[in-house]
Amino acid sequence: MKLAYWPGCVSRGFTTELHGSMALVAERLGIELVTLDRANCCGAGVIAEHNQELADTLNARTFALAQQTGLSMMNICSTCQGAQSECQQRLDADSQYRSHINEALSGQGLSYEKSADGSWNNKNFLWLLVEDYGLDRLAAQVKRPLAGLRVGPFYGCYIVRPKERLGYHQYPDRDIYLEKVIEALGGEIVEYNGARKCCGFPVVTMNRETSLTQAGTHVGDAIDAGADCLVTPCPLCHLNLDMQQPEAAKVVNRDLGLAVLHLPQLVGLALGATPKELGMEKHVASTKWVQERLTAVPA
Amino acid sequence: MPEYTLKVRRYQPESGEGPFWEEFKVELDPSLSVLDGILQAKDRDDGSLSVRCSCRAAICGSCGMKINGQSGLGCKTQIGEAQELAEKKASVGNGAGGGTPPIVVEPMGNMPVIKDLVTDMESTHWTKIRRVTPWLLDDGDPPERERIVPPESMVDITQTIACIQCGACVSACLSMEADPEFIGPAALAKAYRFVGDPRDVETRERLYDLAQDPHGIYDCTHCFACVDACPKGVAPMDQIMRLRRRASDDDIHDRNNGHNHELAFVKIIEKKGTLDEALLLQESYAPGVKGKLIPKPSAIKGLVGSLPTAARGLRTGKMRSLPKLIPGVHPKLPGDAQERVKRIYEHAEEHGTEINLYITGEEEVEPEPDEEEFSQPEVSPGPKESE
Repeated sequence: MKLAYWPGCVSRGFTTELHGSMALVAERLGIELVTLDRANCCGAGVIAEHNQELADTLNARTFALAQQTGLSMMNICSTCQGAQSECQQRLDADSQYRSHINEALSGQGLSYEKSADGSWNNKNFLWLLVEDYGLDRLAAQVKRPLAGLRVGPFYGCYIVRPKERLGYHQYPDRDIYLEKVIEALGGEIVEYNGARKCCGFPVVTMNRETSLTQAGTHVGDAIDAGADCLVTPCPLCHLNLDMQQPEAAKVVNRDLGLAVLHLPQLVGLALGATPKELGMEKHVASTKWVQERLTAVPA
Repeated sequence: MPEYTLKVRRYQPESGEGPFWEEFKVELDPSLSVLDGILQAKDRDDGSLSVRCSCRAAICGSCGMKINGQSGLGCKTQIGEAQELAEKKASVGNGAGGGTPPIVVEPMGNMPVIKDLVTDMESTHWTKIRRVTPWLLDDGDPPERERIVPPESMVDITQTIACIQCGACVSACLSMEADPEFIGPAALAKAYRFVGDPRDVETRERLYDLAQDPHGIYDCTHCFACVDACPKGVAPMDQIMRLRRRASDDDIHDRNNGHNHELAFVKIIEKKGTLDEALLLQESYAPGVKGKLIPKPSAIKGLVGSLPTAARGLRTGKMRSLPKLIPGVHPKLPGDAQERVKRIYEHAEEHGTEINLYITGEEEVEPEPDEEEFSQPEVSPGPKESE
């Protein structure tokens, strides 16, 4: 399996452990990644809010760079998935608009081509694991089942809504994939209120109270439901749930302290990688408890 | 006839007891609605089961409720589909293998419950709708006849006009869950209905008001919950983003740092190609701090508020690298890639095209060659008009 890989901005910025653990996990799974290091930010919905055409052109450029490799594209960020799917939907809907956008790219020898049969696509690592790699194949690679580890899924809005745009008609189970992956890795699913809710990150600079109330509430609910950790396919959710967790604790006025893993880290642990190899010491909320649980419960 | 179990969250204020769950067995065709199921339970089992409804055709907007946690209309949700969703949710986790799960029905969220599935729309929904001055503000001189505007200038707001005031988006809103004072999706979509109306003369005042309110357009957390909840395709969140775009075009500097955040983001990508988070934080709170502008008190508060997080970032190694330590040191894209991103900006800023698929729709895909034999034989269109 070989893919054009868009790591996104945050995985090479505040959450370098995500980029690192993805590289490690891809190698162990036998997935070859061709990094799109000349591609640009997806705009995270913010650029579209400013100028829709600008966001569409920026993402058309990234898609075109991926298409140039002859490979489908993989991302590791729910927000990238959502923002890019939104642009792709507009580009695919209207050939005239697509030509107009491609005009802006023609000087760079690039052009985004709509794939009528969906053979070229852009999928988050989570979707790819379930739909293309296969859960049985994943389970067969597990060296250290996550037995006894109670994991709360946290999806990130952009990968679950809006359903009409995100291919749920074709893949209706996309909003239970995290649970399926946790199961395939031998972990225990923790049900709590926040799994498909918003982490609050998009408004953290505009309404800190609203933002951190959301993050703190979800982390607290997961703790109350008995979670040892959360797992998320979105580094922006990670920023609010992990990096801001001590601040969120103050806003919701309770003790928190729950490890938040990136999806490749959870997969990596089950593949036998050590927490250090997966950069888990770079988190703000301590990940030691996860390690202790894994040691305490024999695989 | 298939049998379904409805698990209804009930609340009977006159009983003096708290809310409780009750299961009802109903028998009906899977193509009928959840509302039909509730009405059958009311008819056959318990006449006190309360629900608001009228048209049963997704027109009146009375029967907003949560079905399996999803906000929407009871009459527009087929009971067979609701059962499938309940089964999907139960297929993973604790519920797996535990027999047929019930369809869970609850009153709408983010508003007080009056009785069973009947919620108080007045204290939340209608109060918030009134907050946005939901009527046309004209120049004061009544015209002799109607106000004539070109039809194409009204197309833009047809999406918001489709709203039936059911409250499903309010029920689903995740920002309002955290901040009950948020003006919310329905009211802000209504606000855009007038901001986008060419006859309204107070556009800038409306935008200024909604941008300055700490619970206004910049309090939306962009979660798409309202988009999925709306039974009429209004996509309230998209209307909120349009309000932000209009406020931005009008250069309205709000005290919530919304406009600054957006401008900083757009500028950083133009200069660096990928996001420099440290610079984004700085510029969102205090644009031009390296130059001459002095940050406002709210910005200083924001910056100071983010300091403990920054300190933790340093300690864990998240922000220990030079680019994360000093805002602005973030690397540019390699080679001439950065220059190419910049050129995209020029093109997009010159045109600024905005398309709305609700209005334009998706163009029809030409049939695949092997499907052509099944399609209608092509009728000669006659002489083509010269273009």
